[in-house]
Amino acid sequence: MLIWSRAGRRATLFVAGLLIFVLYVAPLALILLASLAGQWNGVWPSHFGLLNFVGVFQGAPGEAIWASLVTGVVASAVALISGTSAALALRGWRGIRRKALDLIFFLPSAVPSVSIGLALLVAFSHPPVLLNGTALIVVIAHFVIVSAFAFGSVSAGLMQLPCDVEQMAESLGASSAYRLRRVTLPLLAPYLAAAFGLSIALSMGELGATSMLYPPGWVTMPVSIFALTNRGDVFEGSALTVILIVVTVTLLALVQLAIRGLAGGSARGR
Amino acid sequence: MAEVARPPRLRPPGSAWVLLPLMLSAAVFFYPLALVLREAVTDGTGTLHLERALRVLNSHIFLAALTNTLRIALASTLGCLLLGFVLGVVLTYVPFPGRALATRLIETFIALPTFLITLAFTFIYGSAGIVNETLMQATGVTLPPLDFLYSSWGVILAEVTVYMPFVLRPLMAAFSTLDRAQIEVASSLGARAPMIVRRILLPAALPALLAGGSLCLLLTVNEFGIVLFIGAKGVITLPLLVYSKAIQEFDYPTACVVASANLVLSMGLYGLYRFALNKVGGLNADLV
Repeated sequence: MLIWSRAGRRATLFVAGLLIFVLYVAPLALILLASLAGQWNGVWPSHFGLLNFVGVFQGAPGEAIWASLVTGVVASAVALISGTSAALALRGWRGIRRKALDLIFFLPSAVPSVSIGLALLVAFSHPPVLLNGTALIVVIAHFVIVSAFAFGSVSAGLMQLPCDVEQMAESLGASSAYRLRRVTLPLLAPYLAAAFGLSIALSMGELGATSMLYPPGWVTMPVSIFALTNRGDVFEGSALTVILIVVTVTLLALVQLAIRGLAGGSARGR
Repeated sequence: MAEVARPPRLRPPGSAWVLLPLMLSAAVFFYPLALVLREAVTDGTGTLHLERALRVLNSHIFLAALTNTLRIALASTLGCLLLGFVLGVVLTYVPFPGRALATRLIETFIALPTFLITLAFTFIYGSAGIVNETLMQATGVTLPPLDFLYSSWGVILAEVTVYMPFVLRPLMAAFSTLDRAQIEVASSLGARAPMIVRRILLPAALPALLAGGSLCLLLTVNEFGIVLFIGAKGVITLPLLVYSKAIQEFDYPTACVVASANLVLSMGLYGLYRFALNKVGGLNADLV
């Protein structure tokens, strides 16, 4: 124990608790409160109800939920396939070659998302590849942004895998395709699920690149939230934010479940 | 792929599998980015033309954005390190009920979009927010007395809040490997909490602080959502300048120059982060 005196511990906990409450609890609580409010005159909001959510689901913001989900799922699925393929290929590599390729795949996470958006705009606004104004360019941007994360998660997962099962499969004469399909990928599955879930969560919150690229028919949740709050519609904006938080937290919970599945699986592997 | 030779080490399922991901990243990431760099240093016909780039880099608006970006990023990172260290020590070494829940709540913010904290802060500290309304009703003044949100300070407070978890996570991982007996012994020998923090916890935390801090620096330099949502007139950072030049003024050449400068800065900070990471090791997946 670090602090033995009762008074000292109480004072420390009071300060820490206050910080956590003011910075993390209060903001979430207030967004929830605003999402349920009909009016906010004076200190506290009033006229609570679910009208903001009804408004979101019936109006244009409802389409943003769909656009965000489709963008997130498609971009993350492609990033997962590409990242897994790259991570598996690089698995046996060491030294400078490995470092160089790691750098290539990690680099998108170091570039400001707005610049990724600008780059796609500059590259694909003219024939032969004219993607400006399509939903596809938004999906591509999200793929670029989550790709480094997917590659990193799968690589980290591969490092955790117990080697012996795969080596045994190989020594028993399993072909590398069979080994991949029946041993490596099943062992890796929880990590893949976690990478997929977190990639979608990351894509759901993406704002910088999307606001450079989105066409009128493909507005994602963050862009829609900005549009709503910017024109003063803070209640519907908060309702959409609450939906975004709920979707993200649900994804995180599913990831936790996947990782718990991993705990059971790797106990057998070791 | 289906080779029969038996290598000593486990073979990957074919190094050729890296080709498709490489081509994909070349087509949608490296090629577009190269075009931005080319656009920044050439004129319309493709010949080298540095005059415009130099003019932009010397312009008042660019220099102001650069200064703002660096100032906000440095202040936010310092705030993250300070807050992260304090909360890390308390969450690890000062037991209280609900500790696991508090840690989980803070870590959730890593996955949440950054702008939501700004939206929440306008409800709390905004000109018609809870704090100002309470103060105005209590004191009878007509102007909102608390007026920091629509300035660099508002951006810094928001960035400290959303990026502190990136310091906290490696820090708590570092503390979890630290032998608790060390602290018990020091404490039974009469060392007080400040001394233990200074002599044991701070040295043990240093690599994690270095890694988390350099990641914060990179992420705060690249941050866009928070600055956009606060929407303060005087607070323009490099990413916001790229956005406003390209989307509001359709001035793509200037946007490309600013984006290139931002890119150079980000690459440098990314190098710093990888360097710090090598010192700590094995936190790759933390980069979101």
